[in-house]
Amino acid sequence: MMNPMIEIDNLSVTFNRGRKPVQAVNGVSLSVKTGEVVALLGESGSGKSVTMRSLLRLHPKGTTITGRMQVAGHDVTALSARQIADFRGAVASMVFQEPRLALDPVYTLGDQITEAIMRHEKLGRNEAFERALALFEKVRIPSPERRLKTYPHEMSGGMLQRAMIAMALACNPRVLLADEPTTALDATVQIQILLLIRELQAEYGLSVIFVTHDIGVAAEVADRIAVMYAGRIVEEGAVADIIRNPQHPYTQGLLGARVELAGHRDRLVTIPGAPPDLADMPKGCAFAPRCVRVMEACGQAVPPLTGTKGAGQVACLHYA
Amino acid sequence: MLLYGLKRLLHVIPVAFGVSIVCFMLIHIAPGDPLAAILPSDASAELQAQMRSFYGLDRPLIVQYGLWIWRALHGDLGVSIATGRSVSGEIAAASVNSIILAIAATLIGFTLGSFLGFLAGVFRGGLVDRLASGISMLGVSVPHYWLGMVLVIVFSVHLGWLPAMGGGPGGSDGRAVGWDYIRYLVLPAITMSVIPMGIIARTIRSLVADILSQDFTQALAAKGLMTRQILRHVIRNAAPTAISVMGLQLGYLLGGSILIETVFSWPGTGFLLNGAIFTRDLPVLQGTILVLAMFFVLVNLIVDVVQGTIDPRIQRS
Ligand SMILES: Nc1ncnc2c1ncn2[C@@H]1O[C@H](COP(=O)(O)OP(=O)(O)O)[C@@H](O)[C@H]1O
Ligand code: SF4
Ligand SMILES: [Mg+2]
Repeated sequence: MMNPMIEIDNLSVTFNRGRKPVQAVNGVSLSVKTGEVVALLGESGSGKSVTMRSLLRLHPKGTTITGRMQVAGHDVTALSARQIADFRGAVASMVFQEPRLALDPVYTLGDQITEAIMRHEKLGRNEAFERALALFEKVRIPSPERRLKTYPHEMSGGMLQRAMIAMALACNPRVLLADEPTTALDATVQIQILLLIRELQAEYGLSVIFVTHDIGVAAEVADRIAVMYAGRIVEEGAVADIIRNPQHPYTQGLLGARVELAGHRDRLVTIPGAPPDLADMPKGCAFAPRCVRVMEACGQAVPPLTGTKGAGQVACLHYA
Repeated sequence: MLLYGLKRLLHVIPVAFGVSIVCFMLIHIAPGDPLAAILPSDASAELQAQMRSFYGLDRPLIVQYGLWIWRALHGDLGVSIATGRSVSGEIAAASVNSIILAIAATLIGFTLGSFLGFLAGVFRGGLVDRLASGISMLGVSVPHYWLGMVLVIVFSVHLGWLPAMGGGPGGSDGRAVGWDYIRYLVLPAITMSVIPMGIIARTIRSLVADILSQDFTQALAAKGLMTRQILRHVIRNAAPTAISVMGLQLGYLLGGSILIETVFSWPGTGFLLNGAIFTRDLPVLQGTILVLAMFFVLVNLIVDVVQGTIDPRIQRS
């Protein structure tokens, strides 16, 4: 069997900046095959972005990372500073949530893309510019030559996200990490960007982790879904299984919220309560205070991810 | 934008008018007879009356003011009692010296301040930050004349490297380029540079820290850029604000500084003013204050308009 393109094994991330250490990720394991799209789904603050940034080692100094991350044969935690810089953008690249904030406001889009190309490949400015132009055509930005010479504030959010995607793909990476790439966009633009990412993913055979808090988007874009809660993966499986037959009470809650919305009720029914304080995690199941199926044993120990009847896994005592 | 500039200009007119009245009244507010400085104390009453009418002091105040302002608007500020030279000529020569000093001080302050502020911003919270911030804090709070005197004691008295006073070899007249002249500029310029240095360092520190906390710097790292390349982006983002702060500081320094120019006998407007006060040279005093006050009104106007251009929110208030 081929090695997976991305293999995260028992990843934990702790931020030590504040008064108390914040455990943003607590033992996440996830693997993504070549050409596979996995959606990382969860409420805001569940540690999705932190997991993604770990794969490029983008955390501030003094952050504790434990566990193993293997990406396209590279042991991410073992790379030197120089090696990780060579890895970023060339092996794995990232598309950010807010294209307007993720692009440098005082550089033209063309300069920002050619800079990335020239960083990783021995190309002259003109050749790099030609490549950038081809990429802009690829992501279907109208009048690409002119747009390459504009600054970020002169373009719409949707166009900027296309430019961001072009930049991410500029050095032919194997892995695309998309962190809520459509959340900041209008609904119609969202769909166009989703379709674009799917199309490019299929064409280049990219492995993609697609972060979202919207289960509908996850179902649209992914082959598999991993559901995250309070820094842990609580359920994982094929899209069809997760949507049709969710096992974990949290996933069921997320789907419930969606169903209520689709039923045109005037109120979005979310799961009552709030996620736990990451600086002060409960001993047992982190979802227990909000769980409708909570039992006494839930407060004792963290339930491990175990295989379900299908191909997926779930972390809940009801299935242990 | 243009409208905002014009509106600000309209606000400035009454201020300028008020300033001119205060300057004019100086002669009459100052203790003693304005003629006392010119005439010997035993001058006859006849001579006094003659001089009084020569200077127009016997006419109604309003007429005197009208004449004075009319001449001032035509560049005629009268004649210095001490030197007999035209006041506007004296002010023009002193202004050139003050401008040279201000530019030198701003350049030194900007170079050092940017460097310190940049280091502090990049290594925020660390030892380098505390050191750099400490130096810039010291720059803003240390008294000028004290620093000036310390520099003189060390570099002129003990080491004998640099002259302690004056605007150039052989008195203050005539300027040329060359080390012979620049030697005289070094100490006063360094002394004057500490304030812009502190302000620029603090501005750039918070600017750099703010830029580094924005998403795009992380996105730059995510595409594989090395730290050095990311810092180049930071510098380009910080440059417009840094330069406008430098411009502001230059504007404020251009007016000269009585303390520094006096400590170093630097023949600028501040030195001129100081001399005029001690010799009771009223025309020079009046003229210099008028020109400096108008200059500050102008600098403030420009600052307002420039800041309005940078930040559109300012215009609304
Ligand atoms: N650099 C950081 N320092 C301290 N805490 C952080 C940092 N980055 C993220 N966090 C915290 O980690 C938790 C998870 O954040 P994140 O991964 O961004 O959530 P999301 O699932 O919405 O993407 C949040 O509580 C956040 O405050
Ligand atoms: S382990 Fe218990 S608290 Fe946690 S999800 Fe399952 S039932 Fe709910
Ligand atoms: Mg996020």
